[in-house]
Amino acid sequence: MVTELIDPSVYDALFPEGITRYAVGGVFVGLGAVVIYFGTGIIAGASTFLESTLSYVSDQSRFQRYRYDRDWRIVFTIGIILGAAIYGIFWQGELWTTDVQPVRLLVGGLLVGIGTRIGKGCTSGHGVCGVGSASKTSIVGVMTFLLVAIGTAQLVMALEVMP
Amino acid sequence: MSGPDMQGESPLFLPLVLVGGILFGFGLGYSHMARPEVVLDFLQFTDFGLLFVMFGAAIVTGLGFALIPRLRSAAPLTGQEYTRRLKSFDRNVLIGGAIFGVGWGLSGICPGAAYASLGIGNITILWALVGMFAGAYLQGVWRSR
Repeated sequence: MVTELIDPSVYDALFPEGITRYAVGGVFVGLGAVVIYFGTGIIAGASTFLESTLSYVSDQSRFQRYRYDRDWRIVFTIGIILGAAIYGIFWQGELWTTDVQPVRLLVGGLLVGIGTRIGKGCTSGHGVCGVGSASKTSIVGVMTFLLVAIGTAQLVMALEVMP
Repeated sequence: MSGPDMQGESPLFLPLVLVGGILFGFGLGYSHMARPEVVLDFLQFTDFGLLFVMFGAAIVTGLGFALIPRLRSAAPLTGQEYTRRLKSFDRNVLIGGAIFGVGWGLSGICPGAAYASLGIGNITILWALVGMFAGAYLQGVWRSR
């Protein structure tokens, strides 16, 4: 008798959609960052785009320091949208829209926008590139937002706000 | 990282950034991270797949950031030296991380996934993008003072 390393029922409970889609998607996310790193030496996170793009419309010094960054960051973001659209067209096959309430998206987005700028990074900057750099700051940052996000989402679920 | 000398070094600079962005965004679409519901499934412990996305991506960047500097001394399109993403630690990392966490837990959305969400047709995500720009603006105005 060979005992399974992970009981299939436990696996189904932890990963009801399997793990392939997640692991393959994650590898592509990493590859995207590595391709840019190889060619340019730039370590690209997603959230600086918010500030660098604001430099087109605001003279605040905080945004203006990203003036030389802003063009390529727009191209990077357009690429992200196009890449997701390729998935949308060839795999998803139809438009997909969220059922999360607009007020949650708006307030959540506001806090994400403030938090990522104070905290020096987001899920891609700290989570993918910072952890990939074995940066202690990023590992602490990821642990912080992961734990707080889990607490918040559990609270939202306990209050029976769905989805 | 940024400077007047960084762009215009090569006509391939922006096309390469575009290709990298496409791979990055495809990964966010394929992994379903562009869907806030799937991120919330992770945070609410009904599907732990997100761990494979984040660590899968971090393993690839970890290998890239470790190996590429050994192959070349400078990036071909910019002449920039290869470095790692090391930021200084202070309490802002904790404060900002906590604020980010509340927003992420409330909405299931983070910046990269929000851009990708537009690509899969999720027009409703514009609410989150408006919020993110407003948040970054408020923080920037406050910091600039």
